[in-house]
Amino acid sequence: MYQEGEIRIPSGCAISGLISKSGKRVNGSEIVKSIATMHDRSNGLGGGFAGYGIYPQYADAYAFHIFYDNPEAKTYCEDFLNRHFDMINLSKIPTRTHPNIVDEPLIWRYFLVPLHTKLESSQLQPDEFVVRCTIKINTHIDGAYVFSSGKNMGVFKAVGFPEDVGEFYRLEEYDGYSWTAHGRYPTNTPGWWGGAHPFAMLDYSIVHNGEISSYDANRRHIEMHGYQCTLQTDTEVITYIVDYLHRRLGLTLQETAKVIAAPFWQTIESMNEEERAEYEYLRSAFGSLLVTGPFSIILGYSGGLMALNDRLKLRSMVVGEKDDMVYIASEECAVRILSPELDRLWYPKGGEAVIVELDQKGGESSCQ
Amino acid sequence: MSVNFLYPEYEVERNTNRCIACRVCERQCANEVHRYDEDLQMMLADESKCVNCHRCVSLCPTRALKIVKTNHTFKESANWTKNNIEELYRQANSGGVLLTSMGNPCDYPVYWDKILINASQVTNPSIDPLREPMETRTYLGKKNVKIERDANGKLIPNLPVNLELTMPMLFGAMSYGAISYNAHESLARAAEALGIYYNTGEGGLHQDFYKYGPNTIVQVASGRFGVHKDYLESGAAIEIKIGQGAKPGIGGHLPGHKTMGDISRTRMIPEGSDAISPAPHHDIYSIEDLRQLVFSLKEATNYKKPVSVKIAAVHNIAAIASGIARSGADIIAIDGFRGGTGAAPTRIRDNVGIPIELALAAVDQRLRDEGIRDNVSIVVSGSIRNSADIVKAVALGADAVYLGTAALMALGCHLCRSCHTGKCNWGISTQRPELVKRLNPNIGSQRLINLMNAWNHEIKEMMGGMGINSIEALRGNRLMLRGVGLNEKELEILGIKHAGE
Amino acid sequence: MKRIYVDEKWCLGCHLCEYYCAFSNSGENDMVKALKNKMIHPRIQVEENNGISFAVNCRHCEDPICVKGCLTGALSIENGVIRIDKKKCIGCYTCIALCPYGAVMPSPDGVVQKCELCLQRDGNPMCVQNCPNQAIVYEEGVEI
Repeated sequence: MYQEGEIRIPSGCAISGLISKSGKRVNGSEIVKSIATMHDRSNGLGGGFAGYGIYPQYADAYAFHIFYDNPEAKTYCEDFLNRHFDMINLSKIPTRTHPNIVDEPLIWRYFLVPLHTKLESSQLQPDEFVVRCTIKINTHIDGAYVFSSGKNMGVFKAVGFPEDVGEFYRLEEYDGYSWTAHGRYPTNTPGWWGGAHPFAMLDYSIVHNGEISSYDANRRHIEMHGYQCTLQTDTEVITYIVDYLHRRLGLTLQETAKVIAAPFWQTIESMNEEERAEYEYLRSAFGSLLVTGPFSIILGYSGGLMALNDRLKLRSMVVGEKDDMVYIASEECAVRILSPELDRLWYPKGGEAVIVELDQKGGESSCQ
Repeated sequence: MSVNFLYPEYEVERNTNRCIACRVCERQCANEVHRYDEDLQMMLADESKCVNCHRCVSLCPTRALKIVKTNHTFKESANWTKNNIEELYRQANSGGVLLTSMGNPCDYPVYWDKILINASQVTNPSIDPLREPMETRTYLGKKNVKIERDANGKLIPNLPVNLELTMPMLFGAMSYGAISYNAHESLARAAEALGIYYNTGEGGLHQDFYKYGPNTIVQVASGRFGVHKDYLESGAAIEIKIGQGAKPGIGGHLPGHKTMGDISRTRMIPEGSDAISPAPHHDIYSIEDLRQLVFSLKEATNYKKPVSVKIAAVHNIAAIASGIARSGADIIAIDGFRGGTGAAPTRIRDNVGIPIELALAAVDQRLRDEGIRDNVSIVVSGSIRNSADIVKAVALGADAVYLGTAALMALGCHLCRSCHTGKCNWGISTQRPELVKRLNPNIGSQRLINLMNAWNHEIKEMMGGMGINSIEALRGNRLMLRGVGLNEKELEILGIKHAGE
Repeated sequence: MKRIYVDEKWCLGCHLCEYYCAFSNSGENDMVKALKNKMIHPRIQVEENNGISFAVNCRHCEDPICVKGCLTGALSIENGVIRIDKKKCIGCYTCIALCPYGAVMPSPDGVVQKCELCLQRDGNPMCVQNCPNQAIVYEEGVEI
């Protein structure tokens, strides 16, 4: 059998996310409860979570979560980290023994700050420096895989049903203002931990349900800009697209969504002149980053969540609101289990970005 | 002299039971194959003149005619084939270079036919183009933008000028002179109706066709025939023709008997003079010279028109394309070794250049490796025979395709490979007025429109099958392709997996 | 009403219209059977001179002089179409002499013949259907 990265594995999935707009910290057990309701949408071959605001004590350090296949990989990788970063803290990520979670790798966590001298000589911004180091480790150090590298956030994932993965990682010991979760139904069974979702890069994390048909067009385009799609998953390529458009080119998240799930030309033509000019520009300039085929994604980032469906809405996705809480999930049950009574429940249209941000962040828009 | 004798390649089979001696075959054959014998009161044929163009067969009202390949044979071997033998005899007789036309007919691999297309099953849905929008609109030109915003933070649409096509097809460069006025009118009218483009080729633009300028790509070739300020300004884009797939390394040649009247006026050369394009552009001996011509043309047209550079697919194509992508050009047009021609030396047509499939795959990958794929669009040609070829080309990385031979076939061309004789019975590659009028542009343009619409619909169906509803998502999507019967090296160059992988 | 118009710009002088006309008026279902070894007498005829060719047939004039001149009422206007009743025709050829276009001609059966827009068949003129270059069209146009 090939493992993730050696072959492209399509998969169906369940996704769920929640955010407190007021920044109230929500316990990790909540998101586990939500994703567990959609047990049937996964098949035990991958589950994972991303939590934001979970490391306030190290808010300014990059939190690296790394899988190691063996102690040699760890030694080698830590040597690399020491040469590039100031290591503020390191520890094993606490787990509990779980009958359904087996074959676990070594799972370590590091809080890192780029070494001043290295950063200066690289002539890179700190974020870009971290991205390059992550890619270097993942492509060059055999047996080491960085699966989380953002600030004040962390990804937890494994092979197994998501609710088991949540218990395994003791998520009830973390509190965060937003969470996302993923349950996986791959149609092939390599069972590699790194292949589970969310996929993360810096503080961007993506959970995704779908199988995009534009994959190779997107991959070959984004690889032109220095990314390497080592996992060959949709989630990975979409994360890179978001990173490229949002972080590197400076498009807003709304604009990013207009590229990824661009409206049909006939829709664009019916817009007013000003709007049309913007959409036409984004679509004709970044056509290679248009994602087609079914997808529903929840993008987590510092201070917010963005949910987006493909433009035909070929995957289910529902949004619920209650007071300062916003819930997003593949199925309504995953929302109702957390909040039986809702102020509002709706199904975003295909290609309609739902962006929810912390109130004090004063971002581009709050929940529409 | 008997040593000259070559048995006719084709035989005219006339079913005398069906022939009503209406003599339409006789009237319509510019090669004068058929004649009516008053004494015998029947039609006779001189098969040695037949080029197998099917004009007589198509017009015979009682289906009394067919043309068959002769079974007369040499003592052939796998080495001394009929072609090798006949061509040798012909040259021993004439002492000249063999001339021919249309694309390379030799038995080289056609990679399109060794590539298969994917479709969705279960894990993601296929899309029905009859029920859902399915987009083939294509923009050709630079996409390498830097995000800029105005004082209010609004995006400034700073995309350099692009050509907008309703479908990823254009009519390829065929000059007025090589093909007829009516052929040009058919192409121009169809391009306008379809929302695509046709290409003037190197013979200038007839005054009557300036009105189709918004759907015209004007070509600048090494002979600079018909190039002047109004010409450059009349088109939607300008193409610098460096080479042609059928005859890489040599220029065009239009014999003096074709450069009469409007053609000499349009080309701006004296009537009856041979229009011979130099092999290279004598102001382009290197890549930096090309850059200067690209920018000269842009300066001349105020940076309002994309500039395309057309090259033949040759061995070092990837490196050449990389140079062009850095020259300021907006489009690279690559013509494969099976590309058509109105006249080319047989030996060159049949032996020089490489297949477009491999050239395209190599160029697209090279430009991506260098991070400059967005500098240019890639248009390929030579030869595209059907809509599946287009889907495969786009999935390999092309933005669009040029259709030359296919367009001529819609106009009636039967691939008789006799364009160079100037006696085209279908009114396409001829300048004889009585033959030119056989191509009525009302019919011709409608047939082109039919063909393009049919292909566009088929492209949409194949895209829908793959679960793709926008041509952008197919472009370079090589995972949608699989090879059959290809070796490791071929798969590696094409960047695709073998079927079953 | 629809009439047959010919554009000399596209007429190739191939004469196929003549053979299809003869076939159409033969009453036969097979062209070979209808025309093999026969001299044809088409109601549409191609005029040629100096490389210009042009198929000529009845214009179906609005005020037809041939009908006015017909002694026996063999020629009549039926829904705008000038028709001939061969039973009434006595072969005096007055109409032939009167027609300025040469579109009425003697028929081998001794009377006269002219184009009747293939109304004896299905009303789809065969010369139009089978013109290879759309030089002959059947459409609404100016009255003549």
